[in-house]
Amino acid sequence: MVEKKKTAYWMTHLGLICGVVLIFFPVWVAFVGSTVSQDDIIYPPLPLLPGPHLIDNYANALFRGGPEGYAGASQVPVIRMLMNSAIMAFGIAIGKIIISLLSAFAFVYFRFPFRKTAFWLIFITLMLPVEVRIYPTYEVVANLGLLNSYAGLIFPLIASATATFLFRQFFMTIPDEMVEAARMDGCKPMRFFFDILIPISKTNLAAIFVIMFLFGWNQFLYPMLLTTDPNMKTIVMAVDSMIPAGDDYAHWPTVFASAMLAMLPPIIIIISMQKFFVKGLLESDK
Amino acid sequence: MEKRVFFKGWKLPLLLVTPQLIISAVFFFYPSGQAIWNSLFLPDPFGLKTEFVGLDNFRFLLSDSYYLASFKTTIIFSVAVTISSMLIGLYLAALADRLIKGSGVYQTLLIWPYAIAPAIAGVLWLFLFNGNIGLVSWYLKGLGYEWNHNLDGDQAMFLVVLASAWGRISYNFLFFFAGLQAIPKSILEAAAIDGASFWKRFMSVVIPLLSPITFFLLVVNIVYAFFDTFGVIHTITSGGPEQSTTILVYKVFSDGFVSQDLGSSAAQSVILLILVGVLTVIQFKYIERKVHY
Repeated sequence: MVEKKKTAYWMTHLGLICGVVLIFFPVWVAFVGSTVSQDDIIYPPLPLLPGPHLIDNYANALFRGGPEGYAGASQVPVIRMLMNSAIMAFGIAIGKIIISLLSAFAFVYFRFPFRKTAFWLIFITLMLPVEVRIYPTYEVVANLGLLNSYAGLIFPLIASATATFLFRQFFMTIPDEMVEAARMDGCKPMRFFFDILIPISKTNLAAIFVIMFLFGWNQFLYPMLLTTDPNMKTIVMAVDSMIPAGDDYAHWPTVFASAMLAMLPPIIIIISMQKFFVKGLLESDK
Repeated sequence: MEKRVFFKGWKLPLLLVTPQLIISAVFFFYPSGQAIWNSLFLPDPFGLKTEFVGLDNFRFLLSDSYYLASFKTTIIFSVAVTISSMLIGLYLAALADRLIKGSGVYQTLLIWPYAIAPAIAGVLWLFLFNGNIGLVSWYLKGLGYEWNHNLDGDQAMFLVVLASAWGRISYNFLFFFAGLQAIPKSILEAAAIDGASFWKRFMSVVIPLLSPITFFLLVVNIVYAFFDTFGVIHTITSGGPEQSTTILVYKVFSDGFVSQDLGSSAAQSVILLILVGVLTVIQFKYIERKVHY
């Protein structure tokens, strides 16, 4: 930086640490809440250091879905809902990547009838968040008999063009000489796609994977409407449903353990793939 | 921008775009068309038949004081979430940018809340401010301040803004930090040699250079506040008390699914559709301009 002053240096760190503490605070409280007993929570204030019930609470949530007798207790093991969320998130991420790679390849490397029309049709889907057309989409899924199914959770959410546009933008930056060379060597289009395009798109694939995985894992409204069977619930909606309207009767240690379990996979993914995630986010501009 | 070199043939590319077109048709165009179509009809209370009413649903909405109140709520909520999360994000980014070493560590420590679902963020903050057992509300009571967001609309609004902005700081931090890192240090050094203080440099050099990113973030954060905060609202207040936190998206849901008022819900979807359309056009205008830089 321009000036170098000792106090300014420490003030900078102090400011950042305050920010980090503010950001961590609610999650720390949730972590502490997941290690203490129900009594520790319902007689405030909650201690600020973890208690001894970590293993009990997590085992209880994971394999039994919480103790009986609480209004919000689902009695479906949380591990089942983690699995549902994982299937949904992977399904959305992979499904979106496949259809987007194929169509971006077609748009960039071919000239075909109705190309402009098809392009605009896909382009328009960028404009409308799923929340806006919830009811009609719910009806479509119901009519197709896909309520309470993984297909019903996955397909409506891959109908958006974000990934298509990211791949298209990236393909545009690949030098034309690549295609020329490939064509001269008599390389067929799909061979070019699999042997050249996919390998050089690896970092972009990883970036889009992270963003789409988070998008899928964190869905709330859609799974809430499309699933009525407790066995098909996703973890995010399950945590919400563990808190009944008169929220004092929730079994808070189970709520917190489940909330921690719901946060953990996306946080692990974002931190372990930080480089790709940051790149993907900054380049996608959404 | 178009490629000069491409492959021959038209059957293969049509085949390649087919999956995306089919999925878009079934889960996007048909439902969106349905939303527009339904907005022109009024189903009878028993759902047995529907009557064509033209634009009556819209006329009714625009004269419905609850709907107009929801508009106002949405604007207050979106502006509060956008401004607060952008200011904190910019502040932290400016601090991290001052560091020569260690800014990467802070980046890791600051970005992970992006991974947390709004509904989970809602649950965490709901507990902290729970009227009987919440940690923050307990200390507030100790200070003589009574917290009950189930009764007090302003407190409820404050809480949903806090929970929504909290999860959004990471995103704004990341973009501002990248923007700040891209500013050539020589420009700042030149300003410093001319005697500009840190604050002066920040206001008259850094802020103007960040304006494209700031504009982009404004649009994206408003879209976020409009749509992605459904989970926060649903977990913390369910739109209450007395609709004081019912933002437009929440009203589409509660009128459509809870009250089964389908005509009105569809008309609200169409109004939202127009709003998003406008925001998207603004966003693309901006991106186009950025390409020419």
